[in-house]
Amino acid sequence: MITLKNRPSDKTRFYQWQDKVFKYFALCCTLIGLFVLALLLYNILSVGLHRLDWNFLNSTSSQRASNAGIKSAMVGTVYIALYTSLFALPIGISAAIYLEEYAGKNKFTNFLEVNIANLAGVPSVIYGLLGLEVFSRIMMLKNSILTGSLTLALLILPIIIVSTREALKSVPYSLREASYALGASKWQTIWHQVLPASSGGIFTGIILALSRAIGETAPLIVIGAVVFIKTVPNSIMDKFTVLPIQIFHWISQPQKAFAANAAAGIIVLLLITFLLNGIAVYLRYRWQKKIKW
Amino acid sequence: MKKKEIIVEKFLLVCTLITVFTSAAIIGILLYQTVYFFSEVSVWEFFTNTKWTPLYYVKNYGVLPLLAGTFLTTVISLLVSVPLGLTIAIYLSEYAPKRFREMVKPSLEILSAIPTIVYGFFALTFVTPLLQNIFPQMAGFNALSPGIVMGIMILPLVSSLSEDALHAVPRSLREASLAMGATRFQTSFRVVIPAAFSGIAVSVILAISRAVGETMIVAIAAGQQPQFTLNPFVPIKTATTYIVEVFSGDIEHDTVEYRTIFAVGMTLFVFTFILNNISYFLKKRFQTNL
Repeated sequence: MITLKNRPSDKTRFYQWQDKVFKYFALCCTLIGLFVLALLLYNILSVGLHRLDWNFLNSTSSQRASNAGIKSAMVGTVYIALYTSLFALPIGISAAIYLEEYAGKNKFTNFLEVNIANLAGVPSVIYGLLGLEVFSRIMMLKNSILTGSLTLALLILPIIIVSTREALKSVPYSLREASYALGASKWQTIWHQVLPASSGGIFTGIILALSRAIGETAPLIVIGAVVFIKTVPNSIMDKFTVLPIQIFHWISQPQKAFAANAAAGIIVLLLITFLLNGIAVYLRYRWQKKIKW
Repeated sequence: MKKKEIIVEKFLLVCTLITVFTSAAIIGILLYQTVYFFSEVSVWEFFTNTKWTPLYYVKNYGVLPLLAGTFLTTVISLLVSVPLGLTIAIYLSEYAPKRFREMVKPSLEILSAIPTIVYGFFALTFVTPLLQNIFPQMAGFNALSPGIVMGIMILPLVSSLSEDALHAVPRSLREASLAMGATRFQTSFRVVIPAAFSGIAVSVILAISRAVGETMIVAIAAGQQPQFTLNPFVPIKTATTYIVEVFSGDIEHDTVEYRTIFAVGMTLFVFTFILNNISYFLKKRFQTNL
């Protein structure tokens, strides 16, 4: 009788079976995600890789697919990335320092936080409308690189603030107390102790934000970035195009040859994105390893 | 306090206030143009007319077809991302070995780093032809293909945030359940998920908000025809697509046509604003509860 009782009942066996089935099902789901990623990369490489050569990198827009290249778009992307970070970094980091180190716990601070969380969730195309009205029309900057980078700077500002705050938060309070004990003022403590200690985390966030800005298409279409450009922009007030817009333009063409151009452009865009993300992951890893609070 | 210290603090405060100005400016310009728009088109027509043809000779200003398009692609993307994302989150948090989790999570997050234009290309040139083999009646532009691809794009958002929420549930809860003889499956679904419920809800709401605001994937693969339909096989147009499409052509400033963009933008903004606020307060509650 005792041996019988110790045998698992049908119900128990069912639950164990259920557990096992779910485990393998869930593993499959996880692999599906990775499989689609591989499929996407394969699809793009197979369509676009043969089109990627020096000519493609070194030509501007053209009506003929085989003559067209991404030179102006690349230069535009570099300009936009440069100026966007120039505007967004100081403001974003300053705002994060204020919220993390200075702001008291009150209703106003709470309002600022809710507001930033909201801004992070505003669709990017709405930022385009903001840039169009405020920078392009009211400030009369037209569809220049300046308008584009100011718009994208506002777009990535909440991302930089949130990630910088996380980095500042991870610096233990004892470090600040040690600095105060030696007679340092609040700003001296932040500048000489807190910022260097959190620099790895801050840089990681910045690079991820920048990678986001480089991939943005919709807001720049809205502010009127041009799709067809023969010249390379060389001043901040020039008209411009960026890689994603050039790709979008090629995708919208009916001829098949342009699809190869689009895929080749995507390869370049993905290389930049993955490179930036790789740097970010490496920085985070090194930073976490170096510092053991 | 020294003078320099005060100046620094004031400067930092001004930088913080830029975020407030940004919000104010967004709401301001949307409101300004929308109010003008509604002085020429009635609110009733905007929300009840089922035709959207502001750029044609016979003008109809019914936003419903655009909302139907947005609704359709959003629902499809959620049908992909939520079940898949939650299952992945449960697997990574409750079943997978630590090393597997540490390798897979960042790999999945690559999916969210890919620019959306790339997904648009993928939907149009790969997923749509693939689906057309299964559903021959499907048009070249449709809601299904970009919806599915958008689901893949949002997948890491759901899986990562849900996994964080599951991971934050104290170990003791699991141990108590396992000690009572429950399987890991029972523990996950009856103990861990209920405990992490608001964290999971946050990830789903953020996913909805992302899907509603997503532009390039649908602009490329969903077509340009505003149709008041929930049929996933025919071309549609979403609210975001309309905005981008108008700017891809020539449009005169300060006309009714121009203002339609801001009315549509306002509708979009209000939706995402509500969703973001719900998720923010749920998140706050979840953090204080744990």
